[in-house]
Amino acid sequence: MQKLNYSIYPIGDSALTIEFGNTIREETNDAVMQLFHQLKKNQVAYIIDIIPAYSSISVIYNTVAIKKSNPNILAFDWMQQQIVKEMELSHVNELNRRQITIPVCYDITLGPDLNEVADYATLSIEEVIALHTAKLYKVYMIGFLPGFPYMATVDEKIQLPRKSQPRTKVPAGSVGIAGAQTGIYPLASPGGWQLIGQTPLKIFDVTLEMPCLLQPGDEVRFESISLEAFHQINKQQQ
Amino acid sequence: MSITILKPGLLTTIQDNGRWGFQHLGINPGGAMDILALQTANTLLLNNKEEAVIEFYFPAPVIQFNHAAFIALSGADFDASINGTKLPINQPIYVPENSTLQFNNKINGQVGYLAIQGGLELIEWMNSYSTHLKAAAGGFEGRALKAGDEIQLAVQAPKSSSSKDCSILPWKADTHAFYNHASCWFIPGNEFHLLTDEGKQLFTEAGFSITSQSDRMGYQLNGPSLQLIEPKVMISSAVARGTIQLLPNGQCIILMADHQTTGGYPRIGHIIGAHLAALAQKSIGQVLHFKPTDMATAENLLLMQAQHLHQLKNACNLQLDVYHRH
Repeated sequence: MQKLNYSIYPIGDSALTIEFGNTIREETNDAVMQLFHQLKKNQVAYIIDIIPAYSSISVIYNTVAIKKSNPNILAFDWMQQQIVKEMELSHVNELNRRQITIPVCYDITLGPDLNEVADYATLSIEEVIALHTAKLYKVYMIGFLPGFPYMATVDEKIQLPRKSQPRTKVPAGSVGIAGAQTGIYPLASPGGWQLIGQTPLKIFDVTLEMPCLLQPGDEVRFESISLEAFHQINKQQQ
Repeated sequence: MSITILKPGLLTTIQDNGRWGFQHLGINPGGAMDILALQTANTLLLNNKEEAVIEFYFPAPVIQFNHAAFIALSGADFDASINGTKLPINQPIYVPENSTLQFNNKINGQVGYLAIQGGLELIEWMNSYSTHLKAAAGGFEGRALKAGDEIQLAVQAPKSSSSKDCSILPWKADTHAFYNHASCWFIPGNEFHLLTDEGKQLFTEAGFSITSQSDRMGYQLNGPSLQLIEPKVMISSAVARGTIQLLPNGQCIILMADHQTTGGYPRIGHIIGAHLAALAQKSIGQVLHFKPTDMATAENLLLMQAQHLHQLKNACNLQLDVYHRH
């Protein structure tokens, strides 16, 4: 595993974070994902949840169980030692690099901020769509809502900041931009991202054993579809 | 074997210890607001201590027992009664069939729990029975309970030959010590040192009241505005129950059971695990005071709470033995 500087700090008395800096960078996130797969694979005792993010990874652990079997050491120190050990041991894990194409209808009725993004970039809506669909995005992390993918990096020309006044309701499937990030709302929810389209795919489906379409580490390409195609796929999904 | 919800109450949901192991997918753990109360109620009945229970706020639900059951109430005291008999919290109760459980007044605490011996017959979603309201999954049809809902019970208590009234069994849990702290203790967060000196002082000396914008996701606080030495742009990373975040307007929010998995606000501190039960029982308008502590203290208090539950379990085992011999 690539050696990056890191710091470890508690986020409570049952959780800690390993931070590899405060940036959105592919190499940093690769280190995060390496450690994520390593901890999953080796099933480090007493860990109950592992949460990879852009440039950090957090673990939630069972403090009481650690203290019962290691009474003379802080559970935090014990867990920190296990993780450092894993990081030193760490071999290069084959990272999951699934590529997934997601159909998106960039129609003004489904992407109400398309005009604003086009104005910001002094481009036509067609050019905005071309820029958004040209790139292969990486899912750096999933957070905020069940299955919400934080993807990067959006073309600089259309890196619009979040809306100053978030919407109280964003429909499920909405595709948005927030700075260098692009994301998809898996559920209807309040939200402040600039909405440029909507996918007819279910990003989150509770009826499935794996309810989330995307996972951290996936690579995503957006494909522009017509409103007719959008409705057709939508109907098939019902 | 079932119970029927006659009146749903303000927010009545099925909860357990939470849904762990899926936060990398953005699926937050949720679970009971007051985990200690969940575990206490279950332990009194010798259930698995993380068995699914019914969580409720005031106004609380009215629940019909279609069959006899052993139950325990814990957490808030909402002046419960069955057919006119007043019921205590933290004590097992025998409920005969066709009785109606109701809650008359908000006496103490914010969130109550009803555990039933043997548990509830429900379908798990991602290894947990907790209701995930946002995902509309888990618990009972993924939603808060409504009038007319019938929940199946896993076991039926024997019909009592002696009495048609409910009876309160003669053993109890004393959790008093875990709910009566003068202040909420916290471990300083990674951004605590970024507060101005005045901000640090205000945080540990002033009072912060719980506003009406508070719910199962978090407590929005109202107190003196806290400032950072300089603005800090943070990239999202994981947050945990008890994390105290500083919002851009200088006010704080404490993340509770239904918190999001990740967040990007500066973390002033983290309420220690052993104080989360007491925090869950605070009502809107109550004033919180924060006091810093260290990791060793926090961990030891958490261990003591677990040991207390273990002792309770042993005591209940013994009592049940004696009870059955009579």
